[in-house]
Amino acid sequence: MSSVILRTAARYMMPLLLLFSVFLLWRGHHEPGGGFAGGLVAATAFVLVAFSEGPAAARRSLPISTWTLIPIGLGLSSVSALLPLLQGLPPLTGLWLPGDKLGTPLLFDAGVYATVLGVVASVLLALMEEETS
Amino acid sequence: MEWMVPFVFGVGALAPALHTRLRVWSGPVLALVPAGIALYAAARQPAISDGAVPEFRASWIPSLGIDWAFRQDGLSNLFVLLVAGIGALIVVYAGAYLREHPRLGRFYAFLFVFMGAMLGLVTADDLFLLFVFWELTTVSSFLLIALDHEKEAARKAALQSLLVTAAGGLAMLAGFILLVDAAGTSAISQIVLQGESLRAHASYPWILALILLGAFTKSAQVPFHFWLPAAMQAPTPASAYLHSSTMVKAGVFLLARLSPALGGSDAWAATLLVVGAATTLLGGLLALSQDDLKRLLAYSTVSVLGLLTLLLGLGTPIAAQAFVVTLLAHAFYKGALFLVAGNVDHGAGSRLLSQLGGLREAMPWTAAAALLAGLSMAGGPPLFGFLAKETAYEAVLEAPVGSWLLAPLVIGTAVTLVFAAIRVGLSPFKGELGEAARDAHDAGPAMRLGPLVLATTGVLAGLLVGPAERLLVAPAASVVLQGEAPTGLALWHGFTPILALSLLTLAAGAFLYRHRERVVAAAAPGMAFERRGPAWLWDRGWELGLAAAARGAHAFQNGSLRRYLVVTLGVGFAVVALSLPLSDLRAAGPTADTPIVGIAASLLVVFAAAVMARARTPFLAVAALGAVGFGVSLLFLMFSAPDLALTQLVVEVLTVVLLALVLPRLPRPAKPKPARAVAIGVAVLGGATMAGASLVAMAGEPFEPISRFFEERSVIEAHGRNIVNVILVDFRALDTLGEITVLAVTALGILTLLRRRRPSDAEVQA
Repeated sequence: MSSVILRTAARYMMPLLLLFSVFLLWRGHHEPGGGFAGGLVAATAFVLVAFSEGPAAARRSLPISTWTLIPIGLGLSSVSALLPLLQGLPPLTGLWLPGDKLGTPLLFDAGVYATVLGVVASVLLALMEEETS
Repeated sequence: MEWMVPFVFGVGALAPALHTRLRVWSGPVLALVPAGIALYAAARQPAISDGAVPEFRASWIPSLGIDWAFRQDGLSNLFVLLVAGIGALIVVYAGAYLREHPRLGRFYAFLFVFMGAMLGLVTADDLFLLFVFWELTTVSSFLLIALDHEKEAARKAALQSLLVTAAGGLAMLAGFILLVDAAGTSAISQIVLQGESLRAHASYPWILALILLGAFTKSAQVPFHFWLPAAMQAPTPASAYLHSSTMVKAGVFLLARLSPALGGSDAWAATLLVVGAATTLLGGLLALSQDDLKRLLAYSTVSVLGLLTLLLGLGTPIAAQAFVVTLLAHAFYKGALFLVAGNVDHGAGSRLLSQLGGLREAMPWTAAAALLAGLSMAGGPPLFGFLAKETAYEAVLEAPVGSWLLAPLVIGTAVTLVFAAIRVGLSPFKGELGEAARDAHDAGPAMRLGPLVLATTGVLAGLLVGPAERLLVAPAASVVLQGEAPTGLALWHGFTPILALSLLTLAAGAFLYRHRERVVAAAAPGMAFERRGPAWLWDRGWELGLAAAARGAHAFQNGSLRRYLVVTLGVGFAVVALSLPLSDLRAAGPTADTPIVGIAASLLVVFAAAVMARARTPFLAVAALGAVGFGVSLLFLMFSAPDLALTQLVVEVLTVVLLALVLPRLPRPAKPKPARAVAIGVAVLGGATMAGASLVAMAGEPFEPISRFFEERSVIEAHGRNIVNVILVDFRALDTLGEITVLAVTALGILTLLRRRRPSDAEVQA
């Protein structure tokens, strides 16, 4: 699939989609959004690039492998789950910094975001590579 | 003592790394750990023999009343001394014996895991804590037997021992649960005080049967004895440690530990006497014809384990004393003889008695150790084994029941053990040099240390019988009895009938040895029986079970995606449909205030679904399915579920991409199975069920919706106004954590499948 329109659109859409996905993650605690939806939107950004310029280009647009995002995400969520233990609280207790903007639930959601992005992008890119080979 | 287990585990974790640094010194250095623990236990022993009982208790799982509790009484500390003391010798020995083995570092790690678990098992004062350590010894034994995992026989033996002992362990866990329920506590020190009420308890027969099953499998009692000779596939140091002197004693240890609570009933006595007698006799008889040193020792171990069970079944004070003395003596001489077998194998290149002989000059140190240990095994004075045999004779002769049967049986078995002892301790070293041993040589100092120390301990304990009794035997026996232990252990009681019997046993054993060819030939059919016995049944049962499981799996996992979908969806919808309270069903439809866009979206969904059903190409079907999804998202958006709408929308996009990538590649059989009609039926059932479910759901509120709880608390407790997200990342975060883990595992599976189809390209592109 090498359509000029698609390629050009993808080039502009990708950063926008990624920004939008982070925005969804950030505002998720109060407004519609969250790590799951955000991760999925971010995955669509990579799929879009993969469609227009091939899966290899999509992989190049990320400094680390999509595969690595999965353990990173699981790690972030697990760490945020275990952090309360340091204060003698049960695991998964929500801890907030003053101002109630940043807290372990956001860290947890960031882990969800990374895991979802990693899983969806890894699977779809791998399937596309099957296609092209 | 509470630090012992984590400490030993920690050393085990570091052992492989330590071994790569220290190389030949790893054995002696690592042995310092168990040696230190043995010294620590020895330092405490005088106080413990005076009645002190060091305790440690910390809460572990308070909601279940399970404690991290340890207790060092006479019985526990005796075992700590054995486990740590013999452990130190074994570690030194293994460092030399397995010097060339590529997995020596791993062997140390497994051995220390076992050691830690065994130390925990014997000191635990909580039944469930004990169970954890019990299972850990099973697992580490599995790993040690299969150290040479390239060998099929080793894998098979490891699996068999794991399955037999773990199955017994599960039965035992059920018994523990019943026991704790009956006693109202899981603290062993409390349970043993309630013997009378426990024996009268309604579930006592079950408790007894289940716990005995665990103990019998672990201690290789008939008919579960077969795993122990098979476990001789383990490297010799592991056999000497686990399968003779420590782990197989865990079963009889548990029986001894719980005998104040469960013992004393007729059922207890009858079961232990019958099983113990059968085991000791069978082990002794099967040992007669063995040619392999290790298997011979294994069968004689089975025999002694049977004797120990029998003695516990008697339950008299003298039997308790005989139990402790036999246990100690056996740990010394059997450990030594296993290491001797290792040295002979190492130095002469064979473990087969028919090929061995005349090694005394080539292997003087090993021969000396073998002679002393063999003499103790035969029960010759003045060794500790002599005392063991004498007290055991006394116990069976004075048995409250059945002494007319038990005494001849035990004495007859002792004769077979004398025969076995002469064959192991003497025959490889005397006479002509065997053909396999032309360039035999003795083992190095590290491999002499273990057998010599253990054999000498047997001599010293026999000569210093007074202190040995006061410090070691009596404190342990009094725990078994929950009372005063008998005294008066001595090498010389004057000319008594027991002394006569003892000498007669030795003479009979020597007589058998003179006619050894005929004895071995006469006993050989026993092995044919053994091969067709419980081991055969077990193997057949295992194979049948595997075959049945394979058939079941093939019936469901036949590889047809279509069939999976039809079965899964069909069953799922049927279950929901059957559980719908259809009486509550209320018809519903668009009303005057339904927005017109909503109706349009619904019609779009219906139209797209129809297109999908009629689609001739997969691509059109996927596109139509996408349109269905967009219509549904639109509906969500309209009925104030923006979160759902957003997620649904993105999921739709990605699903369409996914299906477009996958669907064209699926095979399209000319005659799909199950047939199209079945698929249509399931689809209609699904549609009808979901429609019915929505109509029933609208009919009323059968229970209070939980959303009110979340509405009330979301901002206060979780600082978030988006309830959906607050549920995901806070109230139900554990679920989410589980879900993303499942996602990751699924991705792992998918990528593995894709790479398996095309290994090289994936590597290139990654």
